[in-house]
Amino acid sequence: MIINHPLLGPRDAQEFTYLGDAALIERPDWQAEDAHRQFYEYLYLRDNPAGEHRELWFHEQGDRSWLVVTRNTLTHEITHVDLARDVARAKGRSK
Amino acid sequence: MRYSGFKVIKEALTGHRGWTPAWRDPAPQAEYDVIIIGGGGHGLATAYYLAKEFGGTRIAVLEKGWIGGGNVGRNTTIIRSNYLLDGNEPFYEFSLKLWEGLEQDFNYNAMVSQRGILNLIHTDAQRDAFTRRGNGMILNGADAELLSVEQIRKRYPFLNFNDARFPIKGGLAQHRGGTVRHDAVAWGYARGADQRGVDIIQNCEVTGFRIENGVCKGVETSRGFIAAKKVGCAVAGSSGRLMAKAGMRLPIESHVLQAFVSEGLKPVLPGVITFGAGHFYCSQSDKGGLVFGGDIDGYNSYAQRGNLPVVEDVAEGGMALFPGLGRVRLLRMWGGIMDMSMDGSPIIDRTHIEGLYFNGGWCYGGFKATPASGWCFAHLLATDAPHPVATAYRFDRFEKGRMIDEKGMGAQPNLH
Repeated sequence: MIINHPLLGPRDAQEFTYLGDAALIERPDWQAEDAHRQFYEYLYLRDNPAGEHRELWFHEQGDRSWLVVTRNTLTHEITHVDLARDVARAKGRSK
Repeated sequence: MRYSGFKVIKEALTGHRGWTPAWRDPAPQAEYDVIIIGGGGHGLATAYYLAKEFGGTRIAVLEKGWIGGGNVGRNTTIIRSNYLLDGNEPFYEFSLKLWEGLEQDFNYNAMVSQRGILNLIHTDAQRDAFTRRGNGMILNGADAELLSVEQIRKRYPFLNFNDARFPIKGGLAQHRGGTVRHDAVAWGYARGADQRGVDIIQNCEVTGFRIENGVCKGVETSRGFIAAKKVGCAVAGSSGRLMAKAGMRLPIESHVLQAFVSEGLKPVLPGVITFGAGHFYCSQSDKGGLVFGGDIDGYNSYAQRGNLPVVEDVAEGGMALFPGLGRVRLLRMWGGIMDMSMDGSPIIDRTHIEGLYFNGGWCYGGFKATPASGWCFAHLLATDAPHPVATAYRFDRFEKGRMIDEKGMGAQPNLH
């Protein structure tokens, strides 16, 4: 698989390590009333779709940026790549 | 019809006109006591033991394609019970004992071959870990023996003993481990279940569950609604897809695992060997092909094919251990979809929906578990209580911090 890095262009997926569902960006609030429940679901439960999947890849052998890759789990086709930083900022996660 | 040597000779002399189909092809009835979704090894074994051991009647197995067309036909056929943890080892030893009596039990030649499995040791620390694991196995009634380099050299003289990076320092052997003809497992269980009245319904895809007030009333299928008092799901690999239809999210990701078989060779490899310094394992099939595999590709996938980097990784592992492999040509390679769970161990449990039961999360070790998985799932379906050797395989173990993490990797499915 080739991942089209937003800054570096097309890179071999072998340069990356895989973390999993991009929902892992959205860490729950540890002070919430039901934080126990939220963290259980965050850490252990997955949508695991057959089809389009947004997922986190880390460019470990490259510029060490985290990417949100949209990939089809039935065909392995990659349709969209964003910097995870931009995705998190768009959600107001950091400055 | 009962199969026997006498029957084979009789048919050979009379032109093989007396054989009958091994199972029926029934149309689905309107209602069953128990529906099992998934006509693979685990689903068929569940139906077989439910009918044979637990007196179940009015049972159906629903399969979207043909029976045995999924992971039971795509694995590397190894059986063993060399686990460490208390939640696992009694279960896998129960499974190995069932394998030992399986062919007589279901009157089908599954070619169970206890040729032994050998986990190689390459460092002193690994020897300590394997010694501990061997002791754990013996405590649970399994067999384990720590072998010296000389003992290994006698049986496997062609291994790369003096590799500069990964010299072989010994091995942990389980002599009762081995291989089984995998397709015959599905066929044997199917035939045995069919003989006991189980309806095996192929080309019948489950498209949804009918759930009313938290109770599962049956399943919607490509061949219409079928009512059932209990529904058991045994579709490992596709568990995420199926259970989503019941509104459930699982502690599971689906990943692709590749396997390989070489051209046929004369007998070279007497048992199953595993590399301890990388992920590579190998056995020789009765047809002569070297059957080998390694790691999962590592990203979520429902495609039954993988990518080349893992092929290279497996080949490198093979060459480091078994340099002669470089002269062998690859015949076939394929991929299967694994339910990778959050701790690397399976789930056999009730769900929060009454009447809906789940069996899955087998990671890439489901084949060896087939008999025990079927038996324990049948026990759960028949009695609503877990079998004593499967009590740890609960859904709530993640929330309660009772993970069964053989490799100590944490909640990262692609590392198990």
